[in-house]
Amino acid sequence: MSTDLDHRGAPSEEDSRRRPAGAPSPRRQRWRSRLYRLDLKGSPYLYIFPFFGLFAVFGLFPLVYTAVISTTSWSPRQPGSEDESVGLENYQNLLGDENFHNALINTFGIGLVSTVPQLLLALGIAHLLNYKLRGRLFLRMGVLVPYITSVAAVALIFNQIFARDFGLLNWFLQPFMENPIDWRAEKWSSWLAVSSMVIWHWTGYNALIYLAAMQTIPYELYESASIDGASRWQQFWYITIPSLRPTIIFTVIVSTIGALQLFAEPFLFDTTRNSNGGSERQFQTVVLYLYQQFWTNGRYGYGAAIAWTLFLVTVVIALVNFLLVRRIRSAED
Amino acid sequence: MRTSRLVALTAVSALALAACGSGEESADPNGEITLTINVFGDNFSLPDNRELYVEYERTHDNITIVENRSDIGTHHQNLQARLTAGSGTADLEVIEVGQVSGFIGQPDKFVNFNDQGVDTSQWTDSTIQRASTPDGGTLIGLPTDIGGLAICYRTDLFEAAGLPTDREEVSALWPTWEDYVATGDRFVKATPDVKWFDAAGHVFSGILGNEEETYYNAEGDLIVEENQAVRDAWDLSVEAIQNGQSAALPEFSPEWNTGFQQGQFATITCPAWMMGYIQANAADTAGKWDIATIPGGSGNWGGSYLSVPAQGANTEAAVELAKWLTAPEQNIKLFKTIGNFPSQTSTWTQPEVANYTSEFFSGAPAGKIFPASLEDAPAQVYGPQSTVIGTTFAGALNSVEQGTDPDEAWDSAMTDIKAAAGEG
Repeated sequence: MSTDLDHRGAPSEEDSRRRPAGAPSPRRQRWRSRLYRLDLKGSPYLYIFPFFGLFAVFGLFPLVYTAVISTTSWSPRQPGSEDESVGLENYQNLLGDENFHNALINTFGIGLVSTVPQLLLALGIAHLLNYKLRGRLFLRMGVLVPYITSVAAVALIFNQIFARDFGLLNWFLQPFMENPIDWRAEKWSSWLAVSSMVIWHWTGYNALIYLAAMQTIPYELYESASIDGASRWQQFWYITIPSLRPTIIFTVIVSTIGALQLFAEPFLFDTTRNSNGGSERQFQTVVLYLYQQFWTNGRYGYGAAIAWTLFLVTVVIALVNFLLVRRIRSAED
Repeated sequence: MRTSRLVALTAVSALALAACGSGEESADPNGEITLTINVFGDNFSLPDNRELYVEYERTHDNITIVENRSDIGTHHQNLQARLTAGSGTADLEVIEVGQVSGFIGQPDKFVNFNDQGVDTSQWTDSTIQRASTPDGGTLIGLPTDIGGLAICYRTDLFEAAGLPTDREEVSALWPTWEDYVATGDRFVKATPDVKWFDAAGHVFSGILGNEEETYYNAEGDLIVEENQAVRDAWDLSVEAIQNGQSAALPEFSPEWNTGFQQGQFATITCPAWMMGYIQANAADTAGKWDIATIPGGSGNWGGSYLSVPAQGANTEAAVELAKWLTAPEQNIKLFKTIGNFPSQTSTWTQPEVANYTSEFFSGAPAGKIFPASLEDAPAQVYGPQSTVIGTTFAGALNSVEQGTDPDEAWDSAMTDIKAAAGEG
């Protein structure tokens, strides 16, 4: 780049003879200002290019290619099916597919059961960590430990806890139950188990985000509130929560999108590893169903259609979120 | 100027991407070669014992063998993904017998062993046919082991329930699968805390082991719903579940392993390789097991083929290793160390195999029991989705074990099977 500059920006001999030394020629000045404008307007694009370049390769291309696949009946187990176009038939079948409906219900159900307690818990933990405590840094780092633990390791432990025979939780419940609970057999119990894994994994992360936001709230607010006789609870409710509103909205959106893409936890909770999410798809999420159809059953076309449908569902939900947020904002004004 | 920088950046990132994609080594036959082999369990080694590879490396100085293990589902999914992508497979890939028909439709992606000077007559026709294209032109894998089928049972638990423990007498208890379930009724009545078998899915596939056509007919059509044999096997398995015989432990799960260790069930449908699995997972139960013949007299569960994907950089060396690993001498060694039963019929009469008895299984003559189950075994017909269908049935029976109505479970299994395999 620098050679470029020298070459184009160097004044020609003719120029330097005509004007007094030191004063730049109008041409050169023009060139400089153009360069300056270009630098100002153009370079930001260059800085973000790496992201968009990578996104094009790993995001946009797969997205488009998946859309193409979703209109075929491609299965590697059927030679020649790669180029067999079926139009929108895969999507049509998907709309009437009970297993897909079930997967959607499971996804939203587990999403709700995991996200709501997770964010409430995170809020509470963040509030507690905001107090002056002995070993505060240690405690703050401590809540992040579950987040940096691999999901596979978490699943290993939780599979032990929620085991039907010789499970830890069933051992605790023994005095109150006639028969041990088969956690994977029922929808409610398997949702609970999978959600508890998600909650365990993500609560600390959200707590830290809340904590960071809490520390930006000026201390004077609390001080004057306590002078006015506000209790701790009132302070939390009338000062902390309203100040955290943008952060709460952010975590809700991120957790919702995360919940829609839930895969590892339910996949690992089914110890047969057949992606069925329980013997009767009790906890099979949409992504797990997509994985099963695509890989286990070798239905590339159908799997791609599920992927695109999930993408559209996510976009719709993000839009709803966006509208809600805008309404909340305008209500504030 | 901006464009030139853009171009440079694009070029750099393209280069970086290209660098990620090309990790292949040169194919110099005498140079150092690392052969990778992807397996889904104890195919050629035990987690703490790679003797067979060491032996090959000793006689082939320039070869290093690296084995990667994963579970059976992941293994085959990865193989398919990498075949489709055109790169990333290992030099050698094991394919399970139920999965092999899903790969036959892609013969150009594998080295054809018909061109590699392999004497295919050492195996039975049906074994070779299963891994060949319909015209017989391409053979995508060499047979490694074969399952055979028996019933492994716990002598201590039989004794507690007042059943005979001698393997001849035990075998006489169940000439048919109906008799096996009837014996199970006797057993759970005597000792209600212990179940008769691990999972109904294994009883189901054991019953179907006596049939030639199960899910597909010889023409390759899906016949699972009309096939009375399948329905009968289902009904008998359901009956056993409803009589409280099943421990409802999904196969290859941690619960299943615990079940072996804790003696939660008294019998298990037992292919030859299961001997190795039990020994590895429940070493403390040594001497408490014995092996009886399979109801119905015949059957097979499992067995594998060793393939060489054509995309590999060292296919020649890989073919050599594949031939060596599937040779009778190696198969006999594997039988003795791991329990994988040799697929070559010629080995079955050799004293090393025929006279083999297992200490762990109370001195049971495994070398005679398994070939007997294979001699009359029907040449089973497999289709592209056989494994998926088998998994669906196992899951459906598991849901019955968890309390679902059997007819509902059957119906939803049929819907799933048609969705997965109905298209062809």
